[in-house]
Amino acid sequence: MNARLYRSLYRIRRVEEEVARAYPTDAIKSPVHLSIGQEAVSVGVCEALRPTDIVFGTYRSHAMYLAKGGDLNAMVAEMYGKATGCARGKGGSMHLIDTDAGVMGTSAVVGTTIANAAGYAYALKTRRSDAVVVCFFGDGASEEGVFAETLNFASLKSLPVLFVCENNGYAIHTSQAKRQGRPDIAARAEAYGIPADRLDGSDVTGLLERTRTVLSGMRTLGGPHFFEVKTYRWREHVGPGRDFALGFRAESEAEPWVKNDPIPRLAALLPAAERAAIVQEVEAEVAAAFAFAEASPFPDPAELMIDIYQEAGNALACR
Amino acid sequence: MPSPAVKPQRQAPKAPTERTLSFVDAVREAAELEMARDPNVLVFGLDVDDPKAIQGTTRGLVEKFGPERCFGTPLSEDAMTGAAIGMALAGLRPVHVHIRMDFLLLAMNQLLNVAAKSRYMYGGRVNVPLVVRAMIGKSWGQGAQHSQGLHGMFMHVPGIKVVAPATPYDAKGCLAAAIRDDNPVLYVEHRLLHFTKGPVPEAAYTVEPGKARITRRGADVTLVGISSMQVECLRAAAYLEAIGIDAEVIDPIWLSPLDMDTICESVERTGRLIVVDTAWTNCGAAAEITAQVAERLQGIRDLRLKRMGFAPTTCPTAPNLEDLFYPNARTVAAAARDLVEERACGWLPAERADLKSIEFKGPF
Ligand SMILES: Cc1ncc(C[n+]2csc(CCOP(=O)(O)OP(=O)(O)O)c2C)c(N)n1
Repeated sequence: MNARLYRSLYRIRRVEEEVARAYPTDAIKSPVHLSIGQEAVSVGVCEALRPTDIVFGTYRSHAMYLAKGGDLNAMVAEMYGKATGCARGKGGSMHLIDTDAGVMGTSAVVGTTIANAAGYAYALKTRRSDAVVVCFFGDGASEEGVFAETLNFASLKSLPVLFVCENNGYAIHTSQAKRQGRPDIAARAEAYGIPADRLDGSDVTGLLERTRTVLSGMRTLGGPHFFEVKTYRWREHVGPGRDFALGFRAESEAEPWVKNDPIPRLAALLPAAERAAIVQEVEAEVAAAFAFAEASPFPDPAELMIDIYQEAGNALACR
Repeated sequence: MPSPAVKPQRQAPKAPTERTLSFVDAVREAAELEMARDPNVLVFGLDVDDPKAIQGTTRGLVEKFGPERCFGTPLSEDAMTGAAIGMALAGLRPVHVHIRMDFLLLAMNQLLNVAAKSRYMYGGRVNVPLVVRAMIGKSWGQGAQHSQGLHGMFMHVPGIKVVAPATPYDAKGCLAAAIRDDNPVLYVEHRLLHFTKGPVPEAAYTVEPGKARITRRGADVTLVGISSMQVECLRAAAYLEAIGIDAEVIDPIWLSPLDMDTICESVERTGRLIVVDTAWTNCGAAAEITAQVAERLQGIRDLRLKRMGFAPTTCPTAPNLEDLFYPNARTVAAAARDLVEERACGWLPAERADLKSIEFKGPF
């Protein structure tokens, strides 16, 4: 299991580092919100999921998409705006989807997918499915009205949704303390009758184990569950760089998180040869994904008017 | 299922042997037939399962299909719209009901940022087959926040269809078509139309998107009446007939996609157009239709154009002010005469008993 977790974390980290490296070339004309530092939340939770389970995320969802099994080539090509992208070059980094892998969408408008996840869970429940839906969102999203409305509905209808709040302490440059009267986000879920856990986002095995336990209960008994996972964003809110120089947070704040980074910690637990093999494979895969994106064509100009409506050719849109 | 109404040059359905049904029962019957036909269809919204059952439009659905497929929701328009989208992504076909269109303003993010966008921004990987039923209130002091016609805001945005049936026949056929449509559809119901009656076939049928109906043939002026203003336009045509003006009346039925071919063909014949909406005119459906006619027919035909709708103010509650806020058959007829005679005639027909507007008694 350590090897699996290491592989998944290392792969996501390397993809995003490559995004950061390629970004200044302007080949990626899409706002990118990197999850570097937060990968363990997606990996710990998604490692416990089945392919038939569903995830919804935010504009910061490269980690979730990859951890859930989304196609790497299609994701990188999407950032490059290429026809081979997961949204055929029409969504960009903030609108990732891979329906085969159960990645049902990510939103650039804070909070919106929280309700979509609950609706999807309602559909699963009416079908007597034992699949579950996981919804990832930030601490800022918990301030939106849709968060409160959705918790109430999920509780009322006992929906199989696992809400995962990735609390990285900031919404853009504004700390949680400046935005919330009461910092305990999990307590808000509890107020709606939803059991909640307060978890450490650098403890990837702890997250995985807790998710497994919670999901087995949800699959048999139904009902929502809530995780508030403390984590830390290492890079700037949007873009490839660092933002400590802006002065809204001190670099020293990041130190314990960097020290606790699960990637080197897991690496240290693996035999050197096994680790080297993983590194080699991942590097080759990542390099191939970027080469694939570079080599892929841009969408045909006709694509501009395609898929506005379901109708073939979108005759309706052109009227 | 072949529909009698999808043929080109749709005619008003007239079959004397057919049943007469109210608009309310037509809506209810369409929902019931579609729910019976497709187990994925479900109906929810505030109070859809309460004793009044949304004026009766959802009556009996919970008894017939159970509380999983017909349920009243918490007061959470935003999240319930988002949940409807999630259901649609999972393959259900939700119908979300709002007893006033004004309440859609709390659901705008999900409707316009998510429902209308998802198919396109996910490169065609998903559909959002969602129907949103929204009612426009009028009269008996509905006032500022229970009377708005906001359909123009939805026509503005690609990716969501808009339909505003004006007869029980279309109420049933359009709701069925909306439910079977793989795109999000805003289904606009006018509260006063709920009281109207008309022929409605018993079997299921659809009135498909993108085809208008000429509801009265005429040569002198084209009146396009949207939703409840369709009824006022037909009455206006009767007032005009009495003074020798022959109006053609068109019901666009679907506002997005709009059947501009039928409207332009008519205006090319008459040379005169009035679009009457149950909404404000600026940036609305009337503005859009008029602009498209002007774009298409400029240089081809000499044109006289006019838009009518809510007065450019907030809807008041005092009955005398409320009357001034709305166009009606007589003000439409007066405007049409001015257009035809190309002068301010200063004419307003005396109200005829047989052409009076529907009397609505409160409380809601
Ligand atoms: C409804 C809405 N309001 C504002 C924004 C601008 N915005 C983008 S990201 C963001 C911060 C969100 O913070 P959080 O939910 O904690 O997520 P994080 O970026 O930390 O992952 C804001 C305010 C938006 N995209 N959507």
